[in-house]
Amino acid sequence: MTTPQRVAVLKGGRSLEREVSLRSGANVEAALRRLGHEVISVDADPKLVRTLRAKRPDVVFVAMHGKGGEDGTVQELLEILSIPYTGSGVHACARSMDKVIAKAIFANAGIPTPPAFAFGEDAFRELGAADALSEIEERLGLPLVVKPAKQGSALGITVAREPNDVPRALMTALSFDDHVLLERFVVGREIAVSVLGTEHPEALPAVEAVFAGEFYDFEARYTPGMTELVAPAHLGPELADEVARTALACYEAVGCRGFGRVDMIIDAEDRIWVLEINPIPGMTDTSLLPKAAAAAGLSFDEVIERVLGEAALGG
Amino acid sequence: MNDAKGAFTADRTVPRDPSRFEDRFAARATGIKSSAMRDLMSLSERPDIISLAGGFPDTDSFPAEVFADVWHAVADRHKASSLQYGPTEGLLELRELICRIMAEDGAHAQPDGVLVTAGGQQAIALAIRTFIDPGDIVIAEGPTYPGAVPTLTTYQARVIHIPLDPDGMSIDLLEEQLDRLAAQGQRPKLIYTIPNFHNPGGVTMSRGRRERLVALAAERDILIVEDNPYGPVRFEGEALPSLWELDGGAGGVIYLSTFSKILAPGMRIGWVAAPAPILRKMNLGKQAIDLCSSTMSQRFIIEYLRRCDWREHVARLNTIYRGRRDAMLAALEHHFPAEATWTRPDGGLFVWATLPDYIHTGELLARAIERHQVAFVPGEAAFLDGQGQNSMRLNYSGASEEVITEGIGRIGAAIEAMVDLRRALGGGQ
Repeated sequence: MTTPQRVAVLKGGRSLEREVSLRSGANVEAALRRLGHEVISVDADPKLVRTLRAKRPDVVFVAMHGKGGEDGTVQELLEILSIPYTGSGVHACARSMDKVIAKAIFANAGIPTPPAFAFGEDAFRELGAADALSEIEERLGLPLVVKPAKQGSALGITVAREPNDVPRALMTALSFDDHVLLERFVVGREIAVSVLGTEHPEALPAVEAVFAGEFYDFEARYTPGMTELVAPAHLGPELADEVARTALACYEAVGCRGFGRVDMIIDAEDRIWVLEINPIPGMTDTSLLPKAAAAAGLSFDEVIERVLGEAALGG
Repeated sequence: MNDAKGAFTADRTVPRDPSRFEDRFAARATGIKSSAMRDLMSLSERPDIISLAGGFPDTDSFPAEVFADVWHAVADRHKASSLQYGPTEGLLELRELICRIMAEDGAHAQPDGVLVTAGGQQAIALAIRTFIDPGDIVIAEGPTYPGAVPTLTTYQARVIHIPLDPDGMSIDLLEEQLDRLAAQGQRPKLIYTIPNFHNPGGVTMSRGRRERLVALAAERDILIVEDNPYGPVRFEGEALPSLWELDGGAGGVIYLSTFSKILAPGMRIGWVAAPAPILRKMNLGKQAIDLCSSTMSQRFIIEYLRRCDWREHVARLNTIYRGRRDAMLAALEHHFPAEATWTRPDGGLFVWATLPDYIHTGELLARAIERHQVAFVPGEAAFLDGQGQNSMRLNYSGASEEVITEGIGRIGAAIEAMVDLRRALGGGQ
């Protein structure tokens, strides 16, 4: 066991994934205590900077999801306060959290991601972007997935099956973020690959989420028993290798550190399509990372210890 | 912010493998799904958000000296007994006082016909668990009390909502529904209704409908559960007879009420008045759950009711609430779009607003919390079947008039953004 440290676990905050983060944070705290560390539990609020100055932790474990915690904001504050923190740095967080930017990075790195177009709410209000919807539908084909650019936990995501569904889906997505993505809907198996490490990152076994609905939505993610997580996913050795290589390529392209999770679809022809990368994967009771770790023979505590060990500044 | 105590001891409540219990939960525990909306609602508790979401009565206005005097009296006279278990049905003195309170409202009961419960919520849960097997039909207003939704889900009731209008539950639609069910050989076990100042509907059932409801339920032999937490919280208009009273002791009504709104919810004391055979079953049900309600709270209420005129306290609350309701109605008029409608309650704590059908209030809540720092209860929380998606519950009892005005203004701005967006997306073509 490493030397006990004074670890501030940052969780909660005001993002729409607050509750998910509180559940992740509780699991992280329990693991850290089992590992012998001193835990300072911090719900990120307007007194955050003052609290961190007063408590003087050795290191911060960022267990926040969504805006503020996963987009580089909290990371920037920790840089200013010079407190090492877990997970990706400011820029990798910002690049990952925004699906539009992440997809552009994937495409540049030659990683397949479903074709998409992205807009801000202003484009509809001020530039008549709605008039271009028919071209978008033509270019991408239906059904389309309409997603907020910067949200996690599948919040605000809907599938538009016909042209009439698209405006409704845009209203939904734009309720959760002021930028949205219209993406070709790839039918296939929902696969998540968790990655651990910094210098020599390692892909954990892929996990397949098997559920009844049309996509892996919020309810399916967090209701115990609603989704079956198959770990390792039944992929066959070649596909499993390709999936792992793809995940590592994404992780490196974005510049992640410590840990992360790459979500992808494998279509009927066994082609891989990367949807997104999460710089702070969920660590709740029903999350994918703990399942992947277990399939690799790693306990949740070991994962947390490794992630903590790679806490740093910069990057 | 909170510091972890005993930082070097392991936490025994979080198992190493948190998913290990997943396949062991009972059906009644897994029926309640995770929902994005419920998670969003929890953000409304953040101090930087104006919340019109709660259902909090005003407790600031309860006089501090009365609070101290009553506790002193309890300590002087009833120390041992208020620290002791009590009878499941509740202390006799309290049940006598409850009967007096009911009588002032024109509802007559005997102390033996009353069961003291841990708040009105337990009264609802007892009524449902006493009658409902999985799949049994319960008629409820649409919308219905959001707090009854998880209870009905837990006991696996099949709920059929009957729409509300400004005169309360539509008895015509109820009758049609009962006919349809009868044609299929089905009959609801219970009709759950909140006749006065409906939560969340904000409307009161008219006298004519009350009479029809009691007669119809008697004719079809269906029990009515009358939930009346807000009766005395009336700011204007004449009190109407309870269903309990209209039933005239025929045994067709179970009456539920609470001290939460006329005194304080922190007491956690409510009650049930019901026909003796039903009350016996509910008493056994309560024994199995918690043996008895807090004797300390019961003693406090007894001493309070002896020393003070509860009507005065309620009158004080009603003056405060009336001002807040007026502030909310004025702000709604000013800030909500012309297509929106809302109820104008004569009492109670809530306004129910309905927006154009293209505005999903769950989505509006996400926008309102993130971009406008304001929260409300999305309408779907008041239904078991996904209705209510363009409605919302707004509470006026728990915030000052200034905060209400500001909050409604912010919700109005979030709605306006959605209306504009809809227009930009070519809606309404």
